[in-house]
Amino acid sequence: MKNINHKPIIGLEIHVELNTKTKMFCRCPAKYFGEEPNTYTCPVCLGLPGALPYPNKTANEYCVMIALALQCKITDFSYFERKNYFYPDLPKGYQISQYINPFGIDGYLNIKSSAQDSKRIRIRRVHMEEDTAKLIHPSGNQDEHSYIDFNRSGVPLVEIVTEPDIASAEEAKIFLTKLQRIIRYLGVSDADMEKGNMRLEPNISLRELTTENIKLDTEKLPNYKVEVKNINSFRFVEKAINYEIERQMKILEKGEIPVQETRGWDDIKNKTVSQRIKEEAHDYRYFPEPDIPPIKIDKTYVEKIKEKIPELPDEKIQRFAKEYLLSFYDSEILAREKQTADYFEEGVIIGLKESITPKQIANRMINDKTFNPETTLPAQLIEEMLLLKKDILEVITDEDKKKIETVIKENPQAAEAYGNGKMQVIGFLIGAVNKKLQGKKINPQLIKNTLEMLLKK
Amino acid sequence: MKIDIKHVAKLANLKLNPDEEKKFEKQLSDILNYIDKLNEVDTKNVEPTAQVTGLVNVGRTDDQTQPCLNAQEALKNAKSQHNGLFKVKAILEKE
Amino acid sequence: MNIEELTIEKVLDGYRNKKFSITEIIQVYFERIKKYNPQINSFITLCEEEALQEAKRKDELLKNEGVSLPLFGIPMGLKDLFSTKDIKTTASSEVLEDYTPPYDSTVVQRLKDAGAIILGKLNCDAWAHGSSGENSDFGPTKNPWNKEYVPGGSSSGSAASVAASFVLAATGTDTGGSIRLPASFTNTVGLKPTYGRVSRYGVIAMASSLDSIGHFTKTVRDNALILNITAGNDMFDATTSQNPVPNYLENLNKGIKGLKIGIPKEYTTKEKGMELDVLLTFENAIKKLNKLGAEIIEISLPHTEYSIACYYIIQPSEVSSNLARYDGIRFGNDRSYFGDEAKRRIMLGTYTLSAGYYDAYYKKAMQARTLIKQNFDKVFDASNGVDAIIAPVSPTLPWKLGEKVNDPLKMYLSDVFTVTANLAGIPGLSVPAGFAKELPVGIQILGPHFSEELLFRIGFAFEQETEFYKSNPKL
Repeated sequence: MKNINHKPIIGLEIHVELNTKTKMFCRCPAKYFGEEPNTYTCPVCLGLPGALPYPNKTANEYCVMIALALQCKITDFSYFERKNYFYPDLPKGYQISQYINPFGIDGYLNIKSSAQDSKRIRIRRVHMEEDTAKLIHPSGNQDEHSYIDFNRSGVPLVEIVTEPDIASAEEAKIFLTKLQRIIRYLGVSDADMEKGNMRLEPNISLRELTTENIKLDTEKLPNYKVEVKNINSFRFVEKAINYEIERQMKILEKGEIPVQETRGWDDIKNKTVSQRIKEEAHDYRYFPEPDIPPIKIDKTYVEKIKEKIPELPDEKIQRFAKEYLLSFYDSEILAREKQTADYFEEGVIIGLKESITPKQIANRMINDKTFNPETTLPAQLIEEMLLLKKDILEVITDEDKKKIETVIKENPQAAEAYGNGKMQVIGFLIGAVNKKLQGKKINPQLIKNTLEMLLKK
Repeated sequence: MKIDIKHVAKLANLKLNPDEEKKFEKQLSDILNYIDKLNEVDTKNVEPTAQVTGLVNVGRTDDQTQPCLNAQEALKNAKSQHNGLFKVKAILEKE
Repeated sequence: MNIEELTIEKVLDGYRNKKFSITEIIQVYFERIKKYNPQINSFITLCEEEALQEAKRKDELLKNEGVSLPLFGIPMGLKDLFSTKDIKTTASSEVLEDYTPPYDSTVVQRLKDAGAIILGKLNCDAWAHGSSGENSDFGPTKNPWNKEYVPGGSSSGSAASVAASFVLAATGTDTGGSIRLPASFTNTVGLKPTYGRVSRYGVIAMASSLDSIGHFTKTVRDNALILNITAGNDMFDATTSQNPVPNYLENLNKGIKGLKIGIPKEYTTKEKGMELDVLLTFENAIKKLNKLGAEIIEISLPHTEYSIACYYIIQPSEVSSNLARYDGIRFGNDRSYFGDEAKRRIMLGTYTLSAGYYDAYYKKAMQARTLIKQNFDKVFDASNGVDAIIAPVSPTLPWKLGEKVNDPLKMYLSDVFTVTANLAGIPGLSVPAGFAKELPVGIQILGPHFSEELLFRIGFAFEQETEFYKSNPKL
């Protein structure tokens, strides 16, 4: 890193839209993505006079689940509060949120980066709130208007705030990737950055390290902070942080202090641009939401939610390595997505009976470029591997080829289905060919290739 | 009690002319002076009451969506709209 | 048929006995409204066409099925704070002068389902801010008993319409006395139910933790009948109770022998701007209740003195937030259309919630609220407390139009006897208690949470004894 005497201090604020069926405080569908504007609204999420919020218990549960997965302490008493401010995307003139008593506080997530084998990023709070409407700003033309679509208004939103423990763009990206995996494992959100159901705002500042304060490393924070918004991919978060570090360093080197402000990431110009100078601290005038009774959380409730939390990536990686004697590297790849990990374990169970080792299955899944979990069931994968294991011929004779042609003729529906794009039927046809071959073992890949060639004729 | 009427009006998103500022400043100060009576009450160790129902944990399960308003109904009271969207004067990019 | 003597009961009987048709009744009421409303100004929107159509449809039903619903064909008015699908709902403010909701409030839905026919929307203080009815952007409502006097507010049009026999019942809202005060000023029966007894969904919010949804009628029995319809849990208002709703008519005439009724000494002192006429009427009422067999006990609610200060922090704070949605984007006009009183309350509440003042004002008020509530808990204590409390509704008689409009604080102080019930969330029933200087005076009966049945019982006994409901204003 170039900034030898400046240490980046980075905190993250992450918003995650939950994938509940209904919105946070009304019964409109929460899955608004791609729908016609203003067709998923009702008096509540439009903020019409007289409408009242009625909370979605499942969303609260999901929020507690996220907090638990991030090792937070769960409060035993909470209530919603109103965060008052005016903005056209905020129909009621306040956002229902949690302030004094968030569901979760004081958690952490351990990450591993190139600089450090294990680093703890502390989580300050995890709380429940509602999303705002979507503002549309036509770009580049003469239109002097903005437009509002309220479909997103009131979608359950979980806010996760870290302590400023992150020291580089790389760490931020590692943290976020890991967080995204956890949320997807929990099944509470698609956490898709591009669709906007996961949004990030890093805040970045630099502390000058002098010989005096180098020991007090984590104690005193810089007296300014720059927040970056409008980031819609992990790649941009890295770029934006690196850009900010450079930019702020140049200012500090001149002996000046960067302005405390909100900047936006411009992915065309590849830089952050000033959005507006932050007003002297917003006055949100929080007060307890009178329309919603408070929430008591007892141990039984927390235990019940804990039971619903599946094995998370870290534990899974550890277990795969230990139980299946896999390398950390392989375990990590297999555990990235829950579906892949589940596929692998299903294969392991079947493979066990046929003396195929987990390591062999992992190798096949990771290294075989033709492997596709969408078209091959775990059982089929094991079958293929079994054939490979036995004495397998690598040649197809003309006689074999005729037999394959016969199979196609005998199974016109399967052939037609394949023609219509149903690739899965190839597994069935391979099985039929194997039967026809009467014990003669040929590499299934060869059979598959021949079948495909003939079918495409 | 002196009240910074300009600041309060700004927070409240209200535009006041100088006459109104003067009038409201006086009236609000009178009311605040009266309200200060509350300082006579000893509230040490008294729990605040935000709601009087005693209800807790009220909520609904997430199983059923309800019919929404159609775009026409949603927009029918808007002063300004375009292509199924609410229309406002251009706002500075916030996000 | 003398329209002034009609009650819900009598009209239902008339339908049953084919004395008149629903259409006839609705027509008679509209004739009366059109004749006298210009003087009273209690109606701001008339729904004549819809009401007559509905009456016609119901007359058909009447022929085939008889009176099949508890409010079948009963003409009602709605305070213009109640959202009505496809009918303008203005809160008596220019901000909403052309707002037409796409939905019905829960109470309106329930009344319609029970057979009521809505004649129109009723005037009130804009956003329910006021004690006189003068703070309406569509002109003040006049007191039918003397048109130079205020009918009380904020549910001014509701009280005046029932008193003037424009409707048989009208809905109202009570955040700090807005039902009980106008009921008292117009010789009508006004109920502020327990907070959470009746759904607030669809009723334009004033101060959410205080707003109570009630109604006006001429008699206590009619009042109980309406609560039978409106009370109960609502899946659209998370603060409504799941407590079962009794049949409020069932124990109405059980009498009050042996009941312990408390008189709070803080409500009867002559110092606090209490007019002698009000005090005398109140003392007469105590005598009547005593005569009916109730035991009268002096009690103390020591924090009463602080209730207005407490109320005028909590209420404007919530108002400032509830009125934030009026930005002119999705509906209505922009914020410059707010009247002075709304602006005052918005700014007062914004101030008391703002950084650095929250603890001194809002938090302090929430703590004082606890003490005020505890005062009531103590006097209603199940083992040695009283069953109910009676108190004056207002320290004064109705005042002349214009008398207090330039002194907001003075106006606020007229709520001194009513705000405590809202702060504590308890129910209150205002019943006619006589006249002084030819102006009506009411008393309020207060009870513990969910004691409406008892309040009706006391009110009914008092009403049967005094029969003030038989007096009607000359229009």
